Amino acid sequence: MRRAVLIAVPYVWLLALFLIPFAVVFKISLSDIALAIPPYTPTAKDGIWAMLSQLDFENFVFLTEDDLYWKAYLSSLQIAFISTVLTLLVGYPMAYAMARAPEQWRATLLMLVILPFWTSFLIRVYAWVGILSGEGFLNQFLLWIGIIDAPLTILNTNTAVYIGIVYTYLPFMILPIYSALDRLDGSLIEAAEDLGCSRLKAFWLVTIPLSRNGIIAGCFLVFIPALGEFVIPSLLGGSGTLMIGKVLFEEFFSNRDWPVASAVAVILLLILIIPIVLFQRNEQRQAEAEQ
Amino acid sequence: MAETVFAPWDDPNETPLIRFRNVTKRFGDFTAIDDLTLDIFEREFFALLGPSGCGKTTMMRMLAGFENPTDGSIELAGQDIAGVPPNKRAVNMMFQSYALFPHLSIWDNIAFGLRRESSDKAAIAARVEEMLKLTRLEKFARRKPHQISGGQRQRVALARSLAKAPKLLLLDEPLGALDAKLREATQFELMDIQEKTGTTFVIVTHDQEEAMTVASRIAVMDEGRVMQVATPDRIYEAPESVYVADFIGDVNILAGTVKATGDQTYALGIENGTVTAVSERPFSDGQNAHLAVRPEKVAIHTTAPEGTDNLLQGKVLDIAYLGNLSTYHVELPGGQIIKAQTANTRRLSRRDITWEDHVWVSWTKTAGVLLDG
Repeated sequence: MRRAVLIAVPYVWLLALFLIPFAVVFKISLSDIALAIPPYTPTAKDGIWAMLSQLDFENFVFLTEDDLYWKAYLSSLQIAFISTVLTLLVGYPMAYAMARAPEQWRATLLMLVILPFWTSFLIRVYAWVGILSGEGFLNQFLLWIGIIDAPLTILNTNTAVYIGIVYTYLPFMILPIYSALDRLDGSLIEAAEDLGCSRLKAFWLVTIPLSRNGIIAGCFLVFIPALGEFVIPSLLGGSGTLMIGKVLFEEFFSNRDWPVASAVAVILLLILIIPIVLFQRNEQRQAEAEQ
Repeated sequence: MAETVFAPWDDPNETPLIRFRNVTKRFGDFTAIDDLTLDIFEREFFALLGPSGCGKTTMMRMLAGFENPTDGSIELAGQDIAGVPPNKRAVNMMFQSYALFPHLSIWDNIAFGLRRESSDKAAIAARVEEMLKLTRLEKFARRKPHQISGGQRQRVALARSLAKAPKLLLLDEPLGALDAKLREATQFELMDIQEKTGTTFVIVTHDQEEAMTVASRIAVMDEGRVMQVATPDRIYEAPESVYVADFIGDVNILAGTVKATGDQTYALGIENGTVTAVSERPFSDGQNAHLAVRPEKVAIHTTAPEGTDNLLQGKVLDIAYLGNLSTYHVELPGGQIIKAQTANTRRLSRRDITWEDHVWVSWTKTAGVLLDG
């Protein structure tokens, strides 16, 4: 009995906070836009059978007809992919340095990585507006040391979006890689060197393969939220930055077209299921290997 | 056919493979190795024996190239190897943790070193197969390290470190992780492989039995210094210091003052009387000295025997029954304990000595070793 209750808790949680909302969103995506409250038809007020009989896939068809949507999906995938690679390039050396740092420093370094989470995410992204804008700190600094003559346009471009995503998601990349590198037995590197590897070769042949699971986990943890990211592209990106999160927001709040917005959300979820399943499989394989 | 005894250390014409010359290694304020000079010869199975923290692992790491001496020089085949990185040395190491690459199969683990220096696939494959055969691992070539037993892992580590046919193989507590039975079998296997390949082995261990079994010579170390370098029998039978006598095996140490009684014969005045001992090393009258006698060289009697060199009376305090042997702890009147060991050639029920019995212990004058006080 107690076991059943214990198991029921996560299931009820999933049902109430994931499955039911998803069912609601899915139902709205099959409805039509209407000038009403809520702004779609049919609703349950029309009676269950009447409501169900009026549902159709019109909105999904519409998504394929207007090229804005698939372009936004593709561009989101591209931006998420490039930012994941950039985050990996920045995060791996940091994780490596942390794992190689003296024992008594590691807790502090770990703390420093997590520290930004103590401030509101929104405020931190706004801070980047101050740094990257035409009269921002970065341009002023570069002008002052004389590298550039005129301010660079960074804010409201894709570059700013990349900077924002890399900055925001860096801890998600660093932590799993650090944890993999931390567990790495130092004598393996010595063994590789003993058997004729240079430092670099040992890193490539031993360290990288043995931190692979951390790399994969970190990449998914960055890629998955970056794909649907809304705040960063809308604050730092420009009119040319096309991301599905932004499209979703505009469809929902500016256009008040809930059914199309819901259809966009459902497709986004379907796209995300693929990397999520891959991520889960990686985690599972890692757990098995450790047994 | 008279076999020549393998003893290059007694031959002045032999040049050693490894020479430690006044090597000192300091880590900050801590001196791990203190002005150490030592020669190791080709084809030797050399054991570095000592308690943890005595510097034996530091010596091995200096040979492998992971540490460099603070002072002095280390020569390998006549060349100073200071500053030569580990990957440029004809030295391979078998790690205590084995350090097998978990992401590679047994085959790829063994091939790892070979692939670094050659791209001849056929030659690599032939060498790997040879190593697999040598260590009887053919059946496990495709498995990953976590899919085989501890004993097999140990053999993979050995095969991997031998694959490149190093001039010198370093073994860091190679059998530490194995259980007693397997360890014994593996010791003989190691000796076998060492003989077959003709490689010079340097083994680091804290297990004296292991060192005695496998090594041609043993260096007993303590606090960064070598206390004695000799063959196992010399270390056991003729220790040069109380430390070595005490470290290797079980021993009775009697302290007293020496008085010469004849040619190379000395009387040692101890608390409970006088004992006689023969010593090649000269002692002056009145000098403080210790007599070290192994328990198995001490006999125990229920009645006073006749014609013994040394005889002391005492009371049985404890009996350690080891199955094949029994060690009697005999307390002398002053409180000193003498251990006497006998083989249990009769069944336990027929043993005629028991606790609290008054007994005599005796040993010959050549049984013990007289050491500086």
